[in-house]
Amino acid sequence: MSSAPARNVVSGVLLGVGVAGFVDETVFHQLLHWHHFYDKSTPAAGLVSDGVFHAVSWFATVAALFLLADLRRRAAFRATPWWGGLLVGAGGFQLYDGTLQHKVMRLHQIRYDVDVTPYDWTWNILAAVMIVAGAVLLARSRGRAG
Amino acid sequence: MVSGLALLAAAAGYAAGVVTVHRRGGWWPGRRVVYWAAGLVLAAAATLRPAAGHAHHDLAGHMTGHLLLGMAAPLLLVLAAPVTLALRALPVRRARTLARVLRSGPVHVLTHPLTAATLNAGGLWLLYTTDLYPAMAGHDWLRTAVHVHIVAAGYLFTAAMVGVDPDPRRPARPVRAIILIAFLAAHGILAKFLYGHPPAGVPAADAQAGAELMYYGGDLVDLALIAVFCRQWYDATGPARRGPRVPASRPVRPLWRLPKDIGADGEALPRSG
Repeated sequence: MSSAPARNVVSGVLLGVGVAGFVDETVFHQLLHWHHFYDKSTPAAGLVSDGVFHAVSWFATVAALFLLADLRRRAAFRATPWWGGLLVGAGGFQLYDGTLQHKVMRLHQIRYDVDVTPYDWTWNILAAVMIVAGAVLLARSRGRAG
Repeated sequence: MVSGLALLAAAAGYAAGVVTVHRRGGWWPGRRVVYWAAGLVLAAAATLRPAAGHAHHDLAGHMTGHLLLGMAAPLLLVLAAPVTLALRALPVRRARTLARVLRSGPVHVLTHPLTAATLNAGGLWLLYTTDLYPAMAGHDWLRTAVHVHIVAAGYLFTAAMVGVDPDPRRPARPVRAIILIAFLAAHGILAKFLYGHPPAGVPAADAQAGAELMYYGGDLVDLALIAVFCRQWYDATGPARRGPRVPASRPVRPLWRLPKDIGADGEALPRSG
């Protein structure tokens, strides 16, 4: 975390994780009600992992913005690695949620009472696209030496 | 009644401290006076009637009290730096005794973020997952004890995270950040758990309203707490540390002055932020 380019990536990744968590919470829980606030079939592990990830994404959002403010006051902000980090963070969080949490651990699903296959594919392909796009930006910023 | 007297005492004590510091030629930030007053107002809103009367009957009302008394009020009270004020305002001998107590082992253990987080989150888990919550409705002394615990544990935890009072052995920020995240997770998990597992005697609809309030209301106060925590980190790591925030137009006066013989103790407890 010492060098400025690395801090740009860290700030981006943290905000990506935070934004992905926030979008999940506001759009899918609160606006669409696709997820339930609490699902009686939710195993204890789901409750715990949800709680931990919510806390992490909440903290990450605020920390990322202060890290960004720190980069700006040091005139060390670089847009390319920052956006690369953001896309990798958001995509990584979403892919983790869509594969491990939904499918491997079967903690909860995107929607209930419908065929979830198209939702799962959309969710995970979007995640993969974000990761690839972010990786391209990161590689490009490294090519230009920060 | 009891809480009203306690709140009045807290207000009078702080005011007396500020007056004493000023009389000695020192200076006390008005911002902190505002924090203290606002914290007491929130605590009063949570414990005095009619809010408290309402809280006896439903979990959602009780949760409003919990958010105010256990989370929002402590944040404001901690930022008002009451211990620093006491150290500056108390007579020399008492200030020394207080400084000695603050440096002692038991206080160090009690104010460690891990202890404070356990007392805070553990108390809530006990309250809502045992028969303590229903029992509270029948016993005034028990309700008072629970309120005292909620505000004390909330204060202790907040002070461990973002305290501006002297604490020479406060753990490093990364450690505190991890404990803060763990506490936020415990709070959120408990809120969701309550949604499906109401305390004895609480109807399902009431439990659900209370649980959602605890979860989303908690998020709001936590956001403020995280922002204060990160802001302090941001301020502490600036490329050019700023001097004391005293406007240039104001005559520069020492932040505080005490009789000379307290100097050694005062310096042994540096301000940390």
